[in-house]
Amino acid sequence: MKTIFIDKESYFDSALLMLTSQEVKKTSGVHDATVAMGTAMNLDLLRSLGFDAAALAEATPNDLLIAIDCVSPESANAARAAAKQALSRKAKPATGDAAHVAPTNLASALGAQAAANLAVISLPGAYAAREARMALESGLHVMLFSDNVSLDDEIALKTLSRRRGLLMMGPDCGTAIINGMPLCFANVVKRGPVGVIGASGTGIQEVTCLIDRAGSGVSQAIGAGGRDLKNERVGGATTLMGIEALASDDETKVIVIISKPPAKAVAEQVVAALERAGKPAVAFFVGAASEARRKGSVVHFADNLEEAAAMAVALAKGKRYARRDFTAPEAEIEAIVKRETRRLAPSQRYLRGYFTGGTLADEAWIVAHRATGAVHSNNQTDPRFVLADPRRSIGDTVVDLGDDAFTVGRPHPMIDPSARVERMMAERNDGKIAVVVVDVVIGYGSHADPAGALAPAVEAMRAAARKRGGYLPVLASITGTAGDPQNFSQQKAKLEAAGCVVMPSNHQACALATKIRQKIETRRKAGAR
Amino acid sequence: MTEQSRVAPVTALFNSRLSVVNLGLASFADNLAAVGAEVVQVDWRPPAGGDEVALAALDRIAGSETDVAAANKKAVDILLAAKPALIDIGPAGEVIPGMTPTTVLHSGPPVTWERMCGPMRGGVIGGLIYEGLAKDRAEAEALAASGRITFAPCHSHGAVGPMAGIVTAKMPVWIFENAAFGNRAYCTVNEGLGKVLRYGAFSDEVLTRLHWIETDLYPVMKKALKLHGPIDMKGVIAQALQMGDEGHNRNRAGTSLIIRELAPTLVQLGEPVERIVRILEFLNANDHFFLNLSMPSCKCALDAARGVKGSSMIVAMARNGTDFGIQISGLGDRWFTGPASLVEGLYLPGYSAKDAAPDIGDSVITETAGIGGFCMAAAPAIVKFVGGSPQDAIAYTTRMYEITLAENAAYQIPALDFRGSPTGVDVRKVVETGILPVVNTGIAHKEPGVGMVGAGLVKPPRNCFRDAVLAFAEVYGAAPASSRSDP
Repeated sequence: MKTIFIDKESYFDSALLMLTSQEVKKTSGVHDATVAMGTAMNLDLLRSLGFDAAALAEATPNDLLIAIDCVSPESANAARAAAKQALSRKAKPATGDAAHVAPTNLASALGAQAAANLAVISLPGAYAAREARMALESGLHVMLFSDNVSLDDEIALKTLSRRRGLLMMGPDCGTAIINGMPLCFANVVKRGPVGVIGASGTGIQEVTCLIDRAGSGVSQAIGAGGRDLKNERVGGATTLMGIEALASDDETKVIVIISKPPAKAVAEQVVAALERAGKPAVAFFVGAASEARRKGSVVHFADNLEEAAAMAVALAKGKRYARRDFTAPEAEIEAIVKRETRRLAPSQRYLRGYFTGGTLADEAWIVAHRATGAVHSNNQTDPRFVLADPRRSIGDTVVDLGDDAFTVGRPHPMIDPSARVERMMAERNDGKIAVVVVDVVIGYGSHADPAGALAPAVEAMRAAARKRGGYLPVLASITGTAGDPQNFSQQKAKLEAAGCVVMPSNHQACALATKIRQKIETRRKAGAR
Repeated sequence: MTEQSRVAPVTALFNSRLSVVNLGLASFADNLAAVGAEVVQVDWRPPAGGDEVALAALDRIAGSETDVAAANKKAVDILLAAKPALIDIGPAGEVIPGMTPTTVLHSGPPVTWERMCGPMRGGVIGGLIYEGLAKDRAEAEALAASGRITFAPCHSHGAVGPMAGIVTAKMPVWIFENAAFGNRAYCTVNEGLGKVLRYGAFSDEVLTRLHWIETDLYPVMKKALKLHGPIDMKGVIAQALQMGDEGHNRNRAGTSLIIRELAPTLVQLGEPVERIVRILEFLNANDHFFLNLSMPSCKCALDAARGVKGSSMIVAMARNGTDFGIQISGLGDRWFTGPASLVEGLYLPGYSAKDAAPDIGDSVITETAGIGGFCMAAAPAIVKFVGGSPQDAIAYTTRMYEITLAENAAYQIPALDFRGSPTGVDVRKVVETGILPVVNTGIAHKEPGVGMVGAGLVKPPRNCFRDAVLAFAEVYGAAPASSRSDP
């Protein structure tokens, strides 16, 4: 059958019309199609092809003709729709560099990339919440890296995200891995069965890296933001939504939650949500006493970041988790302790931790404080152990150089390690330092060569100790994977060349440093007797 | 609701290709690109240039109970659906509603005789002499200042006029009808370049030509249009855009198309050959003949989109040489004005920036409707006026998609792979992005009667857009944040 549609007064360029004709011919059930303006020549052509002369009589050169030879009225209508579609060319960006104009706002970016599904926002706090709201309203999931977003704004954003079923990571969310892609500060981690949700940046990085290095992988790592679980009004909104999403994600076999101790009511809700999710789960609330697993519960409580990773990998593999402090055999650890303490001077007493990762610093404080009961820090809340001056270490001290006190007007030490180098250089002549523990966080977002930046400070501290007639053990660990752009093994080699003992995890580095610290104390007490 | 359905968009994210919009640190985008993710980096700037008052107003509008997006869609759909056609020509006093023998219409927002710039005063003087209301300049000036003349913007009477835009009762005006919505628009006949009334000239030469238009051109054109029937302007403009015009500063193709369209009719009228030759020569000698057809076509399309409750679409931009003004669909006939600025452009031999009058004329109605400067990419031949390359022209047009509501599939731009022209300026987007509408324009001499001295680009004053957003927030916005806090 031959059908003709005439759109009055719709002018299109002939080249585009020819292209459109070609496209319309591909419509199923269409033998032939001519899309053209109603010029005398085209009208003659269509009449000669046997299209209705009466219908053509009223057409003018300003009218669009869609002439279809096809099997049914349905395919004629489909062909007409295809022609309209081809002619409308909606929001198609121009090709070529000359036409490339970078979008200056979210709306135009969405015009350029219609398939966008996530907004990563690291703008100044004052504007970040507004852009996040617009992203959610546009149906995008959001990772809000920015801090300095008000509590009210956070609650409003999370309420909106909940209503729209969208993921709202942050504010103050430093890391995430979505569909294997590292976001902001994140490592290149193999994909696998473990889903991670955390309110801590370097905590998530350490756990995901250890899962990778244990031969398993991560399905999704969701950052919730520093206040998500800590603040009752936020109420774990992102964490709870993340649990639900991971529960219904087929790839995820085990769920891991990492957070600073949540508000009590929120912790109960999180555990209840994990129970409802029904998948094996691991919870690590940094600094909270580890709880025994309730009978029959799917939730296992870990004592440290490494244990959280190890438990998750074991659960994913369906194996039993065996608790251990060190990967290496005990004899080997004892040999290291002996070697590293042999040449210490009697005046050397204290442990010092110089950290760039907040949760890694927390972990160091917890391990050391548990042993000595008197470790100072700039990021603890117990007033007895808060450094009076964050810029000066006293006794045993673990300092988090990523704390606000150090980052005003300068980048975070994971990006620019100079603040830590300066601090170590300033304290290198403190003869009471007996053991140092440091972290090195690699991966996307981090400094291009953090081990190389740290090495001179390690060497300087060790040289100063030797000059005083002593020795300085330096324990280190690398948060990273073989896939990270900095090259894990080269980073490790640089640390070892500088004299560091590189341990397989932050927990092991801290545990070994603490062991050394205790050995010295025992020796000192024995000497005093 | 089950858990699955509540978080369905999140699980959908887990099962689709990650596609990121990055706002902020560019390194985050670089990293994602390095691992093979799809990412677009936003060249972000503080919205509204960091203007907190404007931003608060935008947020109040965003929190409005009125569905502004739906209202804007309605308004821009009206604009896109418009079918302006040239139907007739007739004396302004008889066809323009509200005209009286002592009415003088002018371009731009309302302005008093005292505040009028040189070219506009010249146009008024010429208009009053042409009407026989004054015999010379002195009489005309005295009459204009006397209060006995009713000055009004063309825009208030469904009309538009280039430059001074002077319309008086006896002047023949083109009559346009919007076939889709029935409303009409009017514009005088373009007189040509050089010493012409729209540039404030009122010498005998100017008045003689105006009389010729009235006595010779008008009756012939009236007959021709009657014989020919309505000319669909949408089709003509669409073709002109594909022939290197943008419908504001370049009208060579449009003028040619109109001559082509009318010539066969003109020769059939049985008029003396000399008369037809003179008319065709007049049309042929004036590349901007089509401007007085493209402008009312745009006016006719935009007027139909006026008065849509809750719409923040701009329905008029216009200048009178003293003020630049805009009107918003959802805010009635209110004008939001700022000082008319100087045009940046190229000058004809013998003239320079010191000769230029501030920005003047209703011709910015073309940009308001999505052609003119918004279609710079279609008119590479005139990019030299803005001191740029064809690439710059493409960039100008591409920018305009950020402040507009729709793309006009009827007006396609070849250089943009036939993308539709950016159409329907949302005043909210102008304030939010800080991107001002690109306006092409001619430059008038500041003294009456000298004429055109150049052409270029003009930057509209920012404050009129900001004022419009603040007013829009007052009318449609949610209560201010301070009075919205929890009880």
